[in-house]
Amino acid sequence: MDPRCGFVVDLKDLKEVLNREVLDALDHRFLNKEVPEFFHAIPTTENLAIAIWNRLQSKLKAAELHRVRVYETTDLFVDFYGEE
Amino acid sequence: MKAHLTKRYWFSASHRLHSDAMSESENQRTYGKCNNPYGHGHNYALEVTVGGPVDQATGMICNLSELDRFVEQNVLASFDHENLNVLPRFREVVPTTENLCMEIYDILKNGFAAAEVEKVRLQETTQNSFEYAGGAEIMR
Repeated sequence: MDPRCGFVVDLKDLKEVLNREVLDALDHRFLNKEVPEFFHAIPTTENLAIAIWNRLQSKLKAAELHRVRVYETTDLFVDFYGEE
Repeated sequence: MKAHLTKRYWFSASHRLHSDAMSESENQRTYGKCNNPYGHGHNYALEVTVGGPVDQATGMICNLSELDRFVEQNVLASFDHENLNVLPRFREVVPTTENLCMEIYDILKNGFAAAEVEKVRLQETTQNSFEYAGGAEIMR
């Protein structure tokens, strides 16, 4: 945590990376045909969580990525923590 | 690539918190209105978390329909719309949500083989919930 501002990460920075790397690439897309990760892998929510982790992990500099959680429905979600 | 999948299920059941090991006054002091003689109900939300490597061929940790079927046949069929106190498991064990959570974990851990059962979270109301991930002896 940065003691001067009291933040773990400036949410503006996180939002910028998230929008650019994840939402712009995935939102309103047909995952199978428009997202390279799923040209060969099946776009299950498990694989989607891993793909989002990989997209963020390499680009998120401001803080350490802890977890990606993807909700498929309100009653079903997948968590991915990277290599365990 | 290990991932963790959580599925939420719903069931309704009633219970009365009362221990034969305690006196009437001690039961009332301990459990308050949850000790009222005819019990009360909850709409329980049950979250089951399974983990494991993501199968390259299927892209899945396990087949979700197998988990659904197991939970429906072995958990929901046993507890949904039941009075927990009259079930054999709770004849001598107080059906607190702690004990119910551990019982459900035990059923899943011992019976579901398609993925590792990591955690059970049982929400009793929007204000409270209990989690069990093993690691302690379950009282028999």
